Amino acid sequence: MNTDLETQKPRAALGLLSGGLDSILATRLLLDQGIRVECVNFHTGFCIQGHTGAMRNPEPGAKPARHDALHAAQLLGIKLHMIDIAEEYVKIVTNPKHGYGSNLNPCLDCKIFMVAKAWALKEQLGFDFIFTGEVLGQRPMSQRRDNLPHIEREAGVEGWLLRPLCALRLPPTEPEKRGWVDRQQLKGFSGRGRKDQMALAKQFGLRDYPSPAGGCCFLTDVNYSRKLQDLWHFRADRAYTIEDIVLLKAGRHLRPTPRFKVIVGRDETENNFLAGFRAGRWSMQAVELAGPLVLVEGHPDAEDLALACRLTARFGQGRHLAEVQVSIEGPGQQEMRLVTPLPAAEIPPEWYI
Amino acid sequence: MMADRVCPLVLSATDPQPDVVLDARRLLCPMPIMRAEATIREMPSGAVLAVWATDPGLAQDLPAWCASHGHQFLGIKEQGRERIGWVVKG
Repeated sequence: MNTDLETQKPRAALGLLSGGLDSILATRLLLDQGIRVECVNFHTGFCIQGHTGAMRNPEPGAKPARHDALHAAQLLGIKLHMIDIAEEYVKIVTNPKHGYGSNLNPCLDCKIFMVAKAWALKEQLGFDFIFTGEVLGQRPMSQRRDNLPHIEREAGVEGWLLRPLCALRLPPTEPEKRGWVDRQQLKGFSGRGRKDQMALAKQFGLRDYPSPAGGCCFLTDVNYSRKLQDLWHFRADRAYTIEDIVLLKAGRHLRPTPRFKVIVGRDETENNFLAGFRAGRWSMQAVELAGPLVLVEGHPDAEDLALACRLTARFGQGRHLAEVQVSIEGPGQQEMRLVTPLPAAEIPPEWYI
Repeated sequence: MMADRVCPLVLSATDPQPDVVLDARRLLCPMPIMRAEATIREMPSGAVLAVWATDPGLAQDLPAWCASHGHQFLGIKEQGRERIGWVVKG
């Protein structure tokens, strides 16, 4: 029944694979029914995927950084299509029709957008239907009972989006009605608990999967959202570039005046990472003393640059010295300055973004 | 086809000789792999791609991508903050 009678090929499904346990299990349930499965993973620019680990020195004992969806695909023995949607995604983040979650996470709009994109890819690659690892009621926005049919409707895939982990709690989809998928072998999971999923993982012998608490999007992070909000506010424009959103992930951010902010590297790896973004910006670093590379964002005047140099000295090993030599580079200029490190007491907490 | 810069990593005579070197330094996961995918698409089967990156995830991701896409992973070499991995297009 999982075979196309005309072509004699197995029915084929395209899944959205985050690499988390739910999407792994959903894929496995369909593979076990003899369905040919490939998956897609979308890159929005806000994906966490070990970015912090890649920018900073790893914590002792930390697992090596890796792309969860790629490893899930390897584990499942399937092909993964990795699609960059970062440019198109700007409109989802800046103007979500259904609003934001608790931070700047436009989860419902994001899900609708990704489902529609997956459907377009399914059409292009000639698959029969699409599926996700969603579990009814697991997430407050995109997995609420009243939102699930809404997602399908707005994405234009009504009846064709199978959710293998909670299918038994939902009306049968076309792939089930047509006998391509055996509904009896699907699950009826619901709620925020993970017990059922863990038990199924055990049954499948799956051990190497990401922690459920991991989270995969920077937009759900309160600190990241605050920095993005700050960027929008002081530019008076909600647009952003990929470079903007990458820089929000790195360093300590302080905004002493509306004209500029500084991004302060927190260790050698982060300094090296920030060094790749010096073009077109002012940057500074103490000479012959360990300390941060500092990038300046915005439109600083001479006084602002002097303050940025003092902050650079403040966050380095010369913070207790009377004077520190700082190398400052800007568009077409380079000079050395002798500055007094800014005392901690002169850095108001509200400067920290 | 992308990238043809000389890789400064110290490579030995026994390291694979790439047909194409992709400079993916400073790109964060998953961009090195996505650029590798775009690059290898333009290469003939059997050609060797070298991916030169600073992202530490490359050591884990390159073999996983090869397994998922039917390419042959030849190995990876790390030196300081940089690493280079070799892939034969399947």
